[in-house]
Amino acid sequence: MAFAQQSSPHAHHARPTSRVMLWVIIAALPGLFAQTVFFGWGNLINVVWCVALAMACEAAILKLRNKPIGFFLKDNTAAVTGLLLGLSLPQFAPWWVSGIAVVSAIVVAKQLYGGLGSNPFNPAMVGYALVLISFPVAMTTNWAEPALLWKGAPGFSETLSTIASAKQTAVDGWTMATPLDEYKHKIANRTAAEVLQHPTFGNGIARGWEWVNAGFLAGGLLLVLLRIITWHIPVGFLAGLAAMSLAFGSNADQYAPLSMHLLAGGTMLGAFFIATDPVSAATSHQGKLIYGAGIGVLIYLIRTWGSYPDAVAFSVLLMNFAVPFIDHYTPPRTYGHHKARRGVPSRKQG
Amino acid sequence: MTQLWDFAGGIHPAENKHQSTALPIRAAGIPDRLVLPLQQHIGEPAAAIVSVGDRVLKGEKIADVTNGMGVPVHAPTSGVIESIAELPVPHPSGMNDWCITLKPDGEDQWTARQPVSDYRSLERNQVLELIRDGGISGMGGAGFPTNIKLRPPRDRKVDTLILNGAECEPYITADDMTMREQADEIVAGLKVMAWILRPERCVIAIEDNKPEAVEAMRAATKGTQIELAAIPTKYPSGGEKQLIQILTGMEVPSGGIPADIGVMCQNIGTAVAVSRLIFEGRPLISRIVTITGEAVQEPGNFEALIGTPVQYLLDQAGLQPEKVNRLVLGGPMMGYTLTTTAVPVIKTSNCVIAATAAELPTPPPEQPCIRCGECAEVCPMELLPQQLFWYSKAAEFEKAEHLNLFDCIECGACSYVCPSSIPLVQYYRYAKGEIRVQRAEQLKADRARERFEARQERLEREQQEKEQRRKERAKAAAEAQAKKKAEAEKAATEGDAVDERSAKAALVQQALARKKAKTEVAKPQAPAAEPAQEKPDLEALEKQLAQAQSKLETMQGMLEDAKAQQADNVEKLERAVAKNHDRVTRAEEALADARQQLASQPESQSTE
Repeated sequence: MAFAQQSSPHAHHARPTSRVMLWVIIAALPGLFAQTVFFGWGNLINVVWCVALAMACEAAILKLRNKPIGFFLKDNTAAVTGLLLGLSLPQFAPWWVSGIAVVSAIVVAKQLYGGLGSNPFNPAMVGYALVLISFPVAMTTNWAEPALLWKGAPGFSETLSTIASAKQTAVDGWTMATPLDEYKHKIANRTAAEVLQHPTFGNGIARGWEWVNAGFLAGGLLLVLLRIITWHIPVGFLAGLAAMSLAFGSNADQYAPLSMHLLAGGTMLGAFFIATDPVSAATSHQGKLIYGAGIGVLIYLIRTWGSYPDAVAFSVLLMNFAVPFIDHYTPPRTYGHHKARRGVPSRKQG
Repeated sequence: MTQLWDFAGGIHPAENKHQSTALPIRAAGIPDRLVLPLQQHIGEPAAAIVSVGDRVLKGEKIADVTNGMGVPVHAPTSGVIESIAELPVPHPSGMNDWCITLKPDGEDQWTARQPVSDYRSLERNQVLELIRDGGISGMGGAGFPTNIKLRPPRDRKVDTLILNGAECEPYITADDMTMREQADEIVAGLKVMAWILRPERCVIAIEDNKPEAVEAMRAATKGTQIELAAIPTKYPSGGEKQLIQILTGMEVPSGGIPADIGVMCQNIGTAVAVSRLIFEGRPLISRIVTITGEAVQEPGNFEALIGTPVQYLLDQAGLQPEKVNRLVLGGPMMGYTLTTTAVPVIKTSNCVIAATAAELPTPPPEQPCIRCGECAEVCPMELLPQQLFWYSKAAEFEKAEHLNLFDCIECGACSYVCPSSIPLVQYYRYAKGEIRVQRAEQLKADRARERFEARQERLEREQQEKEQRRKERAKAAAEAQAKKKAEAEKAATEGDAVDERSAKAALVQQALARKKAKTEVAKPQAPAAEPAQEKPDLEALEKQLAQAQSKLETMQGMLEDAKAQQADNVEKLERAVAKNHDRVTRAEEALADARQQLASQPESQSTE
């Protein structure tokens, strides 16, 4: 009889990539739910559209590359990229803006670099940054006014038709500047108390946004609990951001307060879902902490002194550049060694 | 209570141990044939010291290592040597190797045994020699000769002797059952080893998933200094490096041995073997093997003679051949698949798993690595498996080595958890193999270069010496000349100068007269004398030419051979051929000249 020949180990107990990605999708649901409750149908429609387009792009490129389509589509990674874009784009962003973001994410940032596992940059953030730079109007004026889904928010069909239109801007009455945007641009000649009068802040920190961030925080903690991500990147990320805010922005009449940095904008989504993309992140625990902290610091720098109100995409991409460097200098100390072998191997002469 | 430390990473695979602990250890009995590989240990293979047809007794030495590291092989029962041939042996490659095949005669007749009643009365070296002669090599893993392991380098004192009963691999219960049933022998063997090493601490480590074994060992060690440590169950706690970390908190330095930090690990089975050898005079001729897996009906442990074919044991455990999909020798984490059931049990074989397809399913196809880092979380050596994989796959071996590839113990924890189903360990083995080949080639190239440079140096030196000698000779000759001249001058100054001058003039005149006479006589005589002289010369020249030609031919032949083999004396041979070629040309010219002369002479004679 012929026996199966396999290399050890013979036993396996893995959580396949597809299931890992499925958990990421599940963990994002609380945040998506909060978005829908506080900002209407926009995000949900965006998510569906982006996921569908991402899967279609992935399939098309896999076909061009002569790769097994089903095998790779089933890993759910394209769906996650679409999901992340859908969660982070403005609620009323026209379909073609989100479409361009998805296509550049999947086709350029992921597949042209060699597909899953080979992309040096976070695909979703490449797509996001591209449309943010290319279509600043569409990307800044389409944020929904915080209004409960069942109380004042535009209905599903209205939202859908707005997104489906070719126009760059949505109906004025439905949109509003984001809290970070508002604070950044108004604080220069007003006090904090005056700025916070704007309805975008609501009674708390940032109306609606705080719940969205809480939702993503909850989902992120679930991922940590399930050991799908380790705590290092989110902790580094939030600590870097908080440290910068405490060091430079303690005066609320000059800079947005720490609470707003943490709970408005894309902070929690970025810390737990975007920066933790393993493919484009640093490898070792120490490296992850540095990588996360770098993103946090950059976010603060750009939000405070840059020209963009939020900066998750730029910060993540900038730190993606630094990953090979970080990896070379942060390997763990291996058992039986006095210290870690940092740097790159020096070429032997001869 | 023994203080315990934790090691990094680790996994908790399904244990699957209960299946093979339901029944006590069974004696497997004597199969029809015993196949005894000559190499069952690390080191040099043993050489057969019996011939085909010889009758041997149980416990008789049938192969030994005379040169280098290794231990002998003994006949596990009495019988006749049937063959000494290359047969399949347990090896990951499924290769064949030299084996002695013994046909048992069923009498199981012992050779004379020499148990030692009081080993303490012997020298330690004598006991070590007994252990070597008993064919004992480590029975847990690699099979390192026990006598050598028990003699650490002089400057290394073993403070802690660890008896490894962790048995962290799933399925395997050989050590577990041995501890349950042969606890006293284990302690006796451990005491012998402790007497040899004189450690300060003696610990038996058992994973806490084996309460029966812990209890049995506790009873057997009662009243002794031996510590018993029930360590938390976590794979690979039984890895030597991990176990040392658990029990001492220390790490074995990379590239070093446990003795470097004053620790030594021995296996449960090895302790039993030592005990039986010393107190019963019984060499290592059997071991406990776990036969398990869903394709056998009565899984359990067998006391099997070394050399027993795996098929024989599988049959005893009730193999259902149609169910077997994969046959693993060793555990499911580090064992390797067998190609045939004909391979024998050797000194290091601890388990055979006859697994069904559902039990150890074929892993799904490999997906791209997403660097999720699960592998790094479970790596007990604190490596970065995902980076090692990346560099191994890209053949960037230098970088893989930089990230401590060679510290990988191939425990398989990384592959076990990989969401992308990447056979990581296989990539590391490949990379290690490639690096070893590269190193060997580098060594070879270095040696060749050294040889070449040494040769160049030697040739230069010889040339210089030649030159030197030539100069010395010239100098000596010049000195001799100068001396002669000086002597002559001395004589001249001493003797009568005028007398000498007249004497010289007389001599010159005499010479001139002689010459004149000679030419006058020679003229008519010469033509007559010359042919007589030339004839034998021609023959000699022809002979010379033939000799030179044949020599040239052999030289050319040699040159061609040398060229074909790319030997390094081609240059030398080329010069030799050229030289011989010249010689032949010269001989031919000489012969032609001689012939011409001969041809012209009769003419000149007739004209005279």
